[in-house]
Amino acid sequence: MTENKPNRQELLEWINVVSFAVDDVKLFLDTHPCNQEALEYFEEFKKQRVEALKEYAAYYGPLTLDTACTPAEYWCWINEPWPWQEGGC
Amino acid sequence: MWNYEKRLQHPVKITQTNPKIAQVIISQFGGPDGELAASMRYLSQRYTMPYKEVTGILTDIGTEELAHMEMVCAIVHQLTRNLTPEQLVESGFDKYYVDHTLGLWPQSAGGAPWTATYFQSKGDPITDLHEDMAAEQKARTTYDNILRLVKDPEVCEPIRFLREREIVHYQRFGESLRIVQDHLDSKNFYVINPEFDLNPKCR
Repeated sequence: MTENKPNRQELLEWINVVSFAVDDVKLFLDTHPCNQEALEYFEEFKKQRVEALKEYAAYYGPLTLDTACTPAEYWCWINEPWPWQEGGC
Repeated sequence: MWNYEKRLQHPVKITQTNPKIAQVIISQFGGPDGELAASMRYLSQRYTMPYKEVTGILTDIGTEELAHMEMVCAIVHQLTRNLTPEQLVESGFDKYYVDHTLGLWPQSAGGAPWTATYFQSKGDPITDLHEDMAAEQKARTTYDNILRLVKDPEVCEPIRFLREREIVHYQRFGESLRIVQDHLDSKNFYVINPEFDLNPKCR
């Protein structure tokens, strides 16, 4: 498992990239709800974002409650640094 | 309902403290054209907005502004962490420190506390969208003003990201205004206020 472990910084940068694509096209779609090109773009990056968030949670702890795969004995949501702290996202 | 995502919308990694510049940047947290006022403005205006595209844009931009507020707070926090009493006095941050230590509190650069009077929720879509477009431009000017004072590239970079988002939001609000006007009488947009006078059957 460790040999396939993604680089934390690279994975995080990827999450930021695909999340920003989703954030930006979401606003465009609000005012252009029938734009086919934008709808396809949204679908593609939404899929990539969900996958990347799941992968990140599996190796480095959850960034969202929906991807929290916390072991029964410990609440890992509070374990990793918060975004404004040293080592945070 | 909101869910928290444990990351910033755009990374903030500042290694050198600078309380002097923090005192300027804090205005985009709790100042008149700051992110807190922006978020509260859009999230307050959306309840009576009759057009679904515009309700969507107010909700989604209002939400993004919360993420921007978090970025501004992260910048201010990283610029002021671990300060010594000597650094506080030298930089002039001592006046903030005496009331808030190094905690984050929404105020303008001049020290005025955040207030709901920084924004309007007028219950009229043409009026509110003009306010929203003006608000994005005022925030853009504020970021331009900040960028003239900031030399540290680690601070400039996230500020430039925030500045660009103001321009995108301005564009989306402009499209929203057009959508509202398309629903109204093109000979006189002001015949009715669709947030008050409109028969629900006409929507």
